[in-house]
Amino acid sequence: MSRAGSLRGYILIRIALMIPMVWVLLTTVFLMMRVAPGDPITATLGGKLSPEEVAERQAALGFDRPLIVQYFDYLWDAVRFQFGTTITDGQTIGDLIAENGGATLTLTVAALLVALLFGLPLGLIAGRYRETIPDAFIRLFAILGYAAPPFFVGLLAQLLFAQRLDWFPASKMASPIVQAQAETHTHILIVDLAIEGNWSGVWDVLQHLVLPAMTLGLLVTGVFIRLVRVNVGQALGGDYVEAARARGIPERRVVSRHAFKNALIPVVTVMGLQVALLLGGAVLTEKTFSWPGLGSRLLGYLTNRDYIGVQGLITFFALVVVVISLIIDIINALIDPRVRY
Amino acid sequence: MTATSTVTGSADAAPPAGPPRRRGGLLKKIAAPYQQSHGVQRFMLVTGTAISVIIVLLAIFAPLVAPYSFDTYQADGVRFPTQGEPSDVNPWGTTVQGFDVMSRTIYGARTALEVLVLAVVFSLAIGVPLGLISGYVGGWLDRILVLIMDALFAFPYLLLAIVAAFLLTNTIDSGIVVTAIAITVVYVPQYFRVVRASTLSAREATYIEAARAMGAKPGTIIRKYLFGNVVQSVPVIATLNAADAILTLAGLGFLGLGIQPSEAAEWGYDLQRAIADAGAGIWWTALYPGLGIVLAVTALTLVGEGLNDVLNPTLRRRRVKRPVISSSAVGPASAPEVEQEAG
Repeated sequence: MSRAGSLRGYILIRIALMIPMVWVLLTTVFLMMRVAPGDPITATLGGKLSPEEVAERQAALGFDRPLIVQYFDYLWDAVRFQFGTTITDGQTIGDLIAENGGATLTLTVAALLVALLFGLPLGLIAGRYRETIPDAFIRLFAILGYAAPPFFVGLLAQLLFAQRLDWFPASKMASPIVQAQAETHTHILIVDLAIEGNWSGVWDVLQHLVLPAMTLGLLVTGVFIRLVRVNVGQALGGDYVEAARARGIPERRVVSRHAFKNALIPVVTVMGLQVALLLGGAVLTEKTFSWPGLGSRLLGYLTNRDYIGVQGLITFFALVVVVISLIIDIINALIDPRVRY
Repeated sequence: MTATSTVTGSADAAPPAGPPRRRGGLLKKIAAPYQQSHGVQRFMLVTGTAISVIIVLLAIFAPLVAPYSFDTYQADGVRFPTQGEPSDVNPWGTTVQGFDVMSRTIYGARTALEVLVLAVVFSLAIGVPLGLISGYVGGWLDRILVLIMDALFAFPYLLLAIVAAFLLTNTIDSGIVVTAIAITVVYVPQYFRVVRASTLSAREATYIEAARAMGAKPGTIIRKYLFGNVVQSVPVIATLNAADAILTLAGLGFLGLGIQPSEAAEWGYDLQRAIADAGAGIWWTALYPGLGIVLAVTALTLVGEGLNDVLNPTLRRRRVKRPVISSSAVGPASAPEVEQEAG
């Protein structure tokens, strides 16, 4: 701890530490899905097929083997990014992620942008003018933004901006005609349309994106405001800020150059945690706006009791969270030399 | 704070918490944060507490306050209209199933309170002892528990609750207790982390060493000395978690994984049914249950954040003139955690 290690060492250790983490996550998912009595086939199709047919399917998919064998199989598949084939619609999880992942990616990235756009400035203002009226209002806004679940905000937004004012479309990712025109290149609709040069299509998707992105973004905005506010408050009390003031640097410069910059570093760290919040919120937002992403698919599999579908998507979400938090930690180590093992 | 830093133990390097204080009157303890706070903090605390108390009273006396029961679809032999606009009979309108929105919203508070109490009790009953044992005993038990809890903590909390609710409703049953268990799964890691962190710092304190020197058994030390000291960091997280738990409950209900509509009125479920209404411009089925959620969560958050401000020494740095040492019972170890977990 006392001697700062090298950056390369840090990154290597960080990656090595990811392995037990992933293992525990995968094991947890497996145990949770399989500790339940019965096997996936019986749970999904038990009522619909005869016992012989169920047994046949079990054998075909390997669910009649000992649990421990299935466990190692599952681990091995997950390491190779293969999460199985769904029971109800026979899609591989990989295809499914390729097909619907783009929509979720578009939504979460847009929401993150919204959150940065509103959260950072508001947090800076609140932190700079602590314990004043603007601070109190911004704080209340942050609490309300977090307290209002995305589906409620989404419904209100639909009622106001789609129904009453008719500014934006209420749901779905694009108009049917745009959806039909689009050729598949990257599976991310807006990028595909841009590649085709279909700018009116891009505009259409952007219009559809506004309400869901704002809805999901609001959730994270509240978190950002709180974080930035606390950090700015602490930075302004720091010794180096005091020193800068003592050197006669104008207060405005002290705040913008010295305090704000340092206050934003911890925000990067915590962004990693927000990925989990974003993904959870995305499931709710997708349902509210009929957004054709992974969350919508997950809900479909939940309703149909498709264990493989649920297990595969949950595993994928878990891996995404772990990998992103790894990337964030590395970025954090790059910008903050104090972060070393 | 990412999970990794805990694996390496750097997050646990906190200064030892102070010795346990004499037990004062319980009332005095509860009143202390309100007396010590001032300005915006006091306003937040008082407002939050007031709204919370009102909601709890509404929840308890729901049958007396609500015009009808949550599953009443007629009065005086006349059926309520479906999706009926607010009227004299149904002040907040009716749902697509012909239930009274006002009654369902008020009964929703009751459901939320029931789930909340169960979930908090369950999480405390599991998380606190595990954290104490893990922190005090250490060794391989500690490492394994930390690994599992960190993995659970890194998981998107709503997805975790979704999986738990999905499995529980498929195998056991649905209902208030099952939903509470699904929510418990999400919050155990948080209590575990905070309690373990304070235990680690308290373990090295002089009074624990003294107890050990006198020959107290580990069980006795944990029960008599550590518990009372460590447990003081719990109220803030418990309040903030309770706020979060309402959101999780509503999220589960919204996704159709929570309490079934025939069992109780639940805000999240009602909002799910309101999606179709919103498409037709019907606002009352969405607005009132949603406001119920917002109000309940905001109130609890205000209390939690207010408590955090008062009890959290790291945030008091700017008001150095009057050092209040008596309330530093919440170990500094837990302070930054709480601030982040508020999010």
